[in-house]
Amino acid sequence: MLNTGKEEKTEISRQVVLPFKKSLEISFQSIRVRFFRSMITTMSLVLAVSFLSFVRVGTDAANGLLATGDPELHQSLVNAGYDLEPGATATGSSAKERWIVILSLLVCVVGIINAQLMAVTERFREIGTIKCLGALDSFVLRLFVLEAGMQGLAGAGLGSLLGGVAALLSTLIRFGFPAWQHISWLAVGQSIGFATVIGCLLSLLGVLYPAMVAARMQPVEAMRVEQ
Amino acid sequence: MDMTELHNIVRVSGVTKVFTLKKHKVEALRGVDLEIRSGEYLSIMGPSGSGKSTLFNMIGGLDKPTSGKVFIDEVDIAQLDAYELAWLRCRKIGYIFQTFNLIQVMTALENVTLPMIFGGMHNDAAVQKGLELLDLVGLGERFRHKPSELSGGQQQRVAIARAMANDPAIILADEPTGNLDLSTGEEIIELLKRLSEEKGVTIISATHDFKMLSVSDRVVWIRDGRIDKVEEREQLSISVGEIAHRL
Repeated sequence: MLNTGKEEKTEISRQVVLPFKKSLEISFQSIRVRFFRSMITTMSLVLAVSFLSFVRVGTDAANGLLATGDPELHQSLVNAGYDLEPGATATGSSAKERWIVILSLLVCVVGIINAQLMAVTERFREIGTIKCLGALDSFVLRLFVLEAGMQGLAGAGLGSLLGGVAALLSTLIRFGFPAWQHISWLAVGQSIGFATVIGCLLSLLGVLYPAMVAARMQPVEAMRVEQ
Repeated sequence: MDMTELHNIVRVSGVTKVFTLKKHKVEALRGVDLEIRSGEYLSIMGPSGSGKSTLFNMIGGLDKPTSGKVFIDEVDIAQLDAYELAWLRCRKIGYIFQTFNLIQVMTALENVTLPMIFGGMHNDAAVQKGLELLDLVGLGERFRHKPSELSGGQQQRVAIARAMANDPAIILADEPTGNLDLSTGEEIIELLKRLSEEKGVTIISATHDFKMLSVSDRVVWIRDGRIDKVEEREQLSISVGEIAHRL
């Protein structure tokens, strides 16, 4: 512990804190000020998540149609490109589709890591300065993770809704109203929720390494003049 | 002299610093001993590359010496863990930078209150004190402005208010006038001097601005990683004529 000798001031609690509400405020402000930049970072997430959501909701709609057992609808599904056994009552997304979805999500994570690393470099001096003001590594980590969490929630929410709506519209166009009559709205809700959660997780996964780089930065970096 | 003036707030003892750059060893500091009294206004002068900034970073606990020790309030800062170092930076030391280093996304007031929030102060109390501090540096009206809406001198004033936020014992100013024009620089120096007198805070500034000399209690001249000489204020006024030749 710090010891100031005889006249030690013990009444002052030795603490360095950043209340959660305040960190939320700072991260939100950070996103708002750099809105355009955050939007671009979030865009790849929106696209990947909407693709995931599109595929899942599309499958939900197909399952709804299959569950009717109507051979005509069965045929129209086969015509639309679904690989169906005769008499099947449920379908999943095809292996190829799953791989494309996984690939797009991977690309999206790499994109997020890249964008966040850029953000860290851009904010070197800011990070160094707040460390000079007494911020702990964990404060910096928390600010970045919170920012990514908010971006993730917004991006993934928007993306999964967009993908879901697109899938519903496309089934409506391809199969007409029966598609909506027989669909399980619970399954659609679950698919959209699932895509949102996956999107948030990906956003957090993507920020982990950049945030650690930021948190470990030495405050002396803030003093270096590079102009 | 009373007790407080005898107290050494900073003690640097046998400090060396070696940087290794691509197998080349650069000795930035070659054994520096220095004692800084509580409440004094000390300037560290020297040409660029003299080790001035390195010494300055050591005193601020921003860098660790290769050998030797730095004591702040008689505590060896090499012994402190990350948490205690953060506490030291938060409560004991206020930093002022050449490039102001305000957080661009925050208003003047938010910049000033941030260290107080870190220090555990309640938000309302921090805002109250932040406004008082901005008033003190003459920016009471502009607390809502972002740094980009302020002039260089005004930004540096905000930075000074921020450095004062937790009533630190030491203010470290790294070339505080380096990015300012002549008259604005003078205003900043006067403000620092006034604060050191009113609040009794120790001010240590690394500089090569001669305007700094007239307000300093002591000047430490650094050359080639060693202390060339230490001049008290009385000696300074005598030698002020030859200063221009020295650098």
